[in-house]
Amino acid sequence: MARLASVADLEKLRQEIVAARDPGKTKIAICSGTGCRAYASEEVIAAFRAELDQRSLADKVEIVTTGCHGFCEQGPVLVIYPEEICYLKVKPEDVAEIIDQTLVGGQVIERLLYVGPDGEQKVKESEIPFYHHQQRLVFGSNRFIDPCNIDDYLALDGYRALAKCLTEMTPEEVLAEVDRANLRGRGGGGFPAGRKWAATRNAPGDIKYVIVNADEGDPGAYMDRSLLEGNPHSVLEGLVIGAYAIGAHLGYIYVRQEYPLAVDNLGRALEQMREYGLLGKDILGSGFDFEIEVHRGAGAFVSGESSALMSSIEGKVGEPRPKYIRTSISGVHGRPSNLNNVETWANVPLIINKGADWFTAIGTEGSKGTKIFSLVGKVNNTGLVEVPMGVSLRDIIFKIGGGIRGGKKFKAVQTGGPSGGVIPEEMLDLPVDFDALTQAGSMMGSGGMIVMDEDTCMVDVAKYFLEFLAEESCGKCVPCREGITQMLHLLRLICNGEGQPGDLELLEEIATMTKDCSLCALGQSAPNPVLSSLKYFRREYELHIEEKCCPAHVCKALVTYHIDPNKCRGCGACRRNCPVGAISGEKKQPHVIDLDKCTKCDTCFMVCPPKFSAVTKLSGSEQLPAAAPAGEQEQ
Amino acid sequence: MLGTVDRIIDSYGARQEALVQILLDIQHELRWLPRPVLERVAARLELPLNLIYNVTTFYKHFSLVPQGRHSISVCVGTACHVRGASRLLGRVSEALGIKPDETTADEKFTLKTVSCLGCCALGPVMVLDGEYMSNPNSTDIAELIEKCE
Repeated sequence: MARLASVADLEKLRQEIVAARDPGKTKIAICSGTGCRAYASEEVIAAFRAELDQRSLADKVEIVTTGCHGFCEQGPVLVIYPEEICYLKVKPEDVAEIIDQTLVGGQVIERLLYVGPDGEQKVKESEIPFYHHQQRLVFGSNRFIDPCNIDDYLALDGYRALAKCLTEMTPEEVLAEVDRANLRGRGGGGFPAGRKWAATRNAPGDIKYVIVNADEGDPGAYMDRSLLEGNPHSVLEGLVIGAYAIGAHLGYIYVRQEYPLAVDNLGRALEQMREYGLLGKDILGSGFDFEIEVHRGAGAFVSGESSALMSSIEGKVGEPRPKYIRTSISGVHGRPSNLNNVETWANVPLIINKGADWFTAIGTEGSKGTKIFSLVGKVNNTGLVEVPMGVSLRDIIFKIGGGIRGGKKFKAVQTGGPSGGVIPEEMLDLPVDFDALTQAGSMMGSGGMIVMDEDTCMVDVAKYFLEFLAEESCGKCVPCREGITQMLHLLRLICNGEGQPGDLELLEEIATMTKDCSLCALGQSAPNPVLSSLKYFRREYELHIEEKCCPAHVCKALVTYHIDPNKCRGCGACRRNCPVGAISGEKKQPHVIDLDKCTKCDTCFMVCPPKFSAVTKLSGSEQLPAAAPAGEQEQ
Repeated sequence: MLGTVDRIIDSYGARQEALVQILLDIQHELRWLPRPVLERVAARLELPLNLIYNVTTFYKHFSLVPQGRHSISVCVGTACHVRGASRLLGRVSEALGIKPDETTADEKFTLKTVSCLGCCALGPVMVLDGEYMSNPNSTDIAELIEKCE
């Protein structure tokens, strides 16, 4: 393919691509995102190719290997177009039946359809409540696009926004449009992108850089990864537009090496952009030159911080520096550098194509557009969801997420990752909005949303985040290094049943110091998980200290495992699976756990058949129910 | 071994900006970073050896000790954590007789923890040589370890 020398060439190519595609042709979009791959979606794809070949149907049916569709809970997910039939949890052995029944016979296979909690089936993808309540502006294209084929992106009006910028708009106009849209940074901080761009553009110096922050470090969040894997061109197009507005000729993408598929898909996307002349010298004949380099991060959470990330791009350790001078003035190699998160960049082409007015019509007063969340934890529909700003947490968790797993009770939702906090049930009507979440003591963060139920211990969760942060703190400044270590020390004592009166007050004192005195955002926000859970779940902390009781039965030192003799039928599953031989009992007789041998590995609890549920965890002063009279037990 | 190192350095050019990328590629090929390799990198990039160690000890992915033939990773991301990842890690650790970031004496297994693998629906997740498993119990783990050569 020759380089596109002008916007006219691009439009001509687009028309050719669209004309060559038959909208009536059967197309099967199979999710091959990381989640579905773990469910062996690649075997499903291989089975389809083999079956279609065997039946000489390969030229009548198109298989599109796409990125993540979002509904990870029900993977592997596939959608058959044009009918939009959505099949879930598809296995390689279902493939022949799908071809016979649906593709050839025109019949829907009921057992592969979505079934709601009320037993109602949904055929079309858009009818499934999980998708129905979303507004997938940024993430929605994933399901139509083979990320390895730039033509798929072009067919969906890809690079039209770039063409518009290069030919119809001055850099100032592009900047003004993004500024007017009030696009706020999706990486966590929520800083207005337009202002950041203007600062870099107006900074002194001829050489400037634009950077994609794809160092998604929040443990439990994978939105950026799925966007880069599934639709890399949307991010790249935004980056080129930003470079044009700012006056940069070199861009960096800083992506975690833990995301090999994203790195591969990015590399391929960049190659295809170069072939088409969408990257390099004189892009689309506009005279604008731009190149992009990919840098892989080698595993350091703190390197997602802007100044640390830039130091890492220079090949050094990714430690932050004080930002008396912002990175928009002095960043990579001391030159003005503009850093935005993956999702922020992916919003840019939308704003240019549809206008700032369209964008600002979505969302709340201070937070515009949509936000992608990774909705995970104890929720029924684990997956990636995109909602307009302003939607309540309750709607996300219960309407889209389908509520709590296993009929348990909702306890809290954690947003903002290690820098965020927990939000209790009474605040579930809080809207998703940068400012509202910050006021509640949490933060928007990059989009991790971890749902917790009654079996989640809030002290343990706070300890978990501090363990993560203690590992990831670079140690450069004392308040963060020591503050986190000391808070963690106290939390470990409390979880071990060694907490003392006064520990909570001390915890709050250290937390305040760490927040006020740390050098970068990692330390400044590190106390949030502690402070927010202390604020909303103080009683749970007190129970750990005063009564040595972990009500959620999570803290190992405060929990013992028992077998309820009223419920045990002596099936022997626990005895056979116990790795340390701590369980004894005759067949068909109640079994007993030897507490001296028990390592609390949870295996007996997992293998006890649900119809018996005889293995019970106890904490504090909790006791097993009194043994029933022998006669009753016989039944 | 040093031939591999030179080839990788040449592909990026001997410049400090590429240091992390060069080390990542070397680690990928050799599975760890032996000292002679780091000395070669220092010499070629004209950087002090202590700066190379500064970088290799800062980033979590680099390993200065040999890695096992099989890699077991337990996800300890938040979603997996609230679903019981620490109990899972405990079971795996006990079965292998090593702690996270350690390698068994026979260099057969290395146990690692990772933060979010992007398949939270399966959580808590364990990955053995690229194969994903959802919350295996002690018996499952013992069988899996047995099968590895």
